[in-house]
Amino acid sequence: MALSLFLQSLVNGLNQGAIYALIALGYTMVYGIIRMINFAHGDFIMVGSYTLFYTVPLMVSAGMPAWMAVFIAIAVCVAVGVIVETVAYKPVRNAGSMSALITALAMSVFLENLAMVLFGASPKSVSAIFTLPTFQFLGATLQIKYLLTLGIGLAMMAGLQLFVRKTRLGKAMRAVPQDKEASVLVGINVNRIITITFAIGSGLAAVAALMYCSTYPRCTMDMGSMMGLKAFIAAVLGGIGIIPGAMLGGLLVGLIEIFVKVYIAPGWYEAITYGILIVVLLVKPAGILGKNVGEKV
Amino acid sequence: MPQERKKSYVINFIGVLIVFLLLLALFESNLLGSRTNYIKGICTTACYTIIMVASLNLLTGFMGEFSLGHAGFMSVGAYASAIATGFLDDSGLPVFVLFLLALAVGGIAAAVAGVAVGIPALRLRGDYLCIVTVAFAEIIRVAFCNFEITGGGRTLSGITSLSNFYWVFWAMVICVGLMYMFVRSRFGRVVTAIREDYIAASASGINVTFYKVLTFTVSAFFAGIAGAIYAHYMTALIPTNFDFMYSAEFLTEVIIGGTGSLTGSIIGAAFLSALPEVMRQFATYRMLMYSIVLVLVMIFKPGGIFGTWEFSLTRLLGRLTGRKRENKTVSGGAVHE
Repeated sequence: MALSLFLQSLVNGLNQGAIYALIALGYTMVYGIIRMINFAHGDFIMVGSYTLFYTVPLMVSAGMPAWMAVFIAIAVCVAVGVIVETVAYKPVRNAGSMSALITALAMSVFLENLAMVLFGASPKSVSAIFTLPTFQFLGATLQIKYLLTLGIGLAMMAGLQLFVRKTRLGKAMRAVPQDKEASVLVGINVNRIITITFAIGSGLAAVAALMYCSTYPRCTMDMGSMMGLKAFIAAVLGGIGIIPGAMLGGLLVGLIEIFVKVYIAPGWYEAITYGILIVVLLVKPAGILGKNVGEKV
Repeated sequence: MPQERKKSYVINFIGVLIVFLLLLALFESNLLGSRTNYIKGICTTACYTIIMVASLNLLTGFMGEFSLGHAGFMSVGAYASAIATGFLDDSGLPVFVLFLLALAVGGIAAAVAGVAVGIPALRLRGDYLCIVTVAFAEIIRVAFCNFEITGGGRTLSGITSLSNFYWVFWAMVICVGLMYMFVRSRFGRVVTAIREDYIAASASGINVTFYKVLTFTVSAFFAGIAGAIYAHYMTALIPTNFDFMYSAEFLTEVIIGGTGSLTGSIIGAAFLSALPEVMRQFATYRMLMYSIVLVLVMIFKPGGIFGTWEFSLTRLLGRLTGRKRENKTVSGGAVHE
C-alpha cells in the first residue's frame, strides 16, 4: 500500500513536472536570449488550450487523429507570440528591464481578458486527445500518456539544446545576449533573432498546452498565470537561460508539489513551492545548474 | 526656510479642508438623494486605493524596485486588524479608538511582514525581486487559506464596520502627507539616490541594504493601513481576493499615474477606482482597457502620465496671485485629492 502510494506519487509528480518543464523551456529560451521575463508566456498556453478546444472536435470529425490539432495550436501560438513581440515588446526593448517587465505583465493581463471577452468566463472542457492504455504496476496506475509527456519534454529539451549549440541560427541566438552591438557588427539581424526566439518559445507553449490538456482537460482564461508562475519558478530553480536546467527544475517542482500534497500538508504545497524559490534565489541566485556571474560596475 | 514651509503646510491643510467640506456638504445636503451611500462607497474605495497605490509608488517610483505582491501586505493588514477588532469588540472602547487601533494593528503587522520580505529580498534586484514579492504574496495567501484564525479558506465575515468615509478620508490625507514627507526628507533623497545608481550610492557611504529594507517596511506599513480600512469597510475577507491580479492592478495604477509622482498616484487611483463604477456595463472590458493603456504608456510615455511632476497648491496660488517665485521653494503640495 505504502509502496503503491509512493509509486503513484512519483508517476504523478513526474507527469506534473514534465508539463512544468515544457513551459519552463519556453521561459528559458526567451530569457536566455532577451533577458526578459515573458509574463505572457503562461497565457500563450491558454491560447494554445483554447485553440485545442476548438480544433480537436474538428480534427475528430475530419477523421484525423486528435493530436494533429497541435499543429494548428502551434501555428496560432506562434502567430500570437510574434504579434505580441512586434506590437508590444519591440518598441520598449531599449527602454530598460523595468519597461519590458511592465509591458509583459500588461500583455498577460490583456490576453487573459481578451480570452474572457471572446470565450466567456466559464471553463471549457477539451475533449480527450489521446486514447492510450493504462496499466497497473505494483498497485500504481501508470498511464502511457504520462510517459509520452515526459518523452516529449526530454525530446524537446534535447532538440533545443542541439539547435542552440550546433546550428548557425543557434549560435547567433547565443551571441545576441552576450553583446548586442557586436552581434550587429558581425552581421546578425538581432530583430529577426528575437522574433525567431519568440516564435520558438510560443510554439513550445502550444506543445505544453497539448500535454496539459491531455492531463487536465479544462481550459479557463486564467489557467496560464499560475501555471506560468510555477513554470517560471522551475526555470529559475534549474538556472534560467539554461535549457537542461528548465527540465531539471520542472521535474523537481512537479515532484515536490505532489509529494508535499500527498505526504506532508495538502493545503500548503503551493507555499512550499514558492518557499523553495525564495531559498534558491537567496542561496544560489543563478539556479542549480547556473554559474554565478559577477556584476559589471 | 521654516517660515516658508509652515506657511505651505497651512495652505495645504486649508486646501484639503476645503475639499473635505465640499464632500461633506455634498453628502450631508442629500443632493444626491438615494445615491449618496453608493457614491460614498466609491469614495471610500478610492481612498484606500490611493493609500495602496501611493505606498507602492514609494517602492516603484522612488526606489525603482518592483513589488508584484503588494496585495499580500494589504491582506496581512486586513486580517491582522480584523482579528484585533474581533477581540476588542465587546471591550466597550469608543468606535473611533477602535478604528485607530485597527489601523495601527494593520499597519504594524504589515510592516513586520515588510521587514520579513525586505531582508531576504534585498540581495535581489529587478525582475528577481519582483518574482520574490509574488512568491511571498502567494505564501501569505496560502497561509491565510490554512490558518484556523483567518477562517481557514472560508470567508472571514462579521468584521465590525468601522470605515466610514469621513474617517477614511482623513486617514488617507494623513497617510499621503506622511509619505510625501518621507519622500522629501533625507531618507527620501537617499532612496532616490539608490534608484539612480545604487553602486554610486553605496560608494558614497549609503547603507543601501538598510534603506531598501526601510522603504519596504514603510511601504508595507501603509499598505497594511489600507488593508485595515478595506477589512472594516467590506466587513468580510476572502484570501483569494488578494491575488496576483489585484497586485498587478495596483502596479498598473502606479505606472499609468506616473512613477515617482504621488500626485499621479492619487489621481490615477481615484480615477481608476471610480471609472469601473461609472462604466458598469463595460465591466468586462475594464482590465482589457487598462492593459492597452499600460502598453501605450510604456511605449509613448514610459514615466507615466504625470512623470515625476507634483501638484503644488502653494505654487499654484503663487502663480494666481501673480508673484513670481523661485523654483527652489520646496512646498508640500501632494496632500490633495
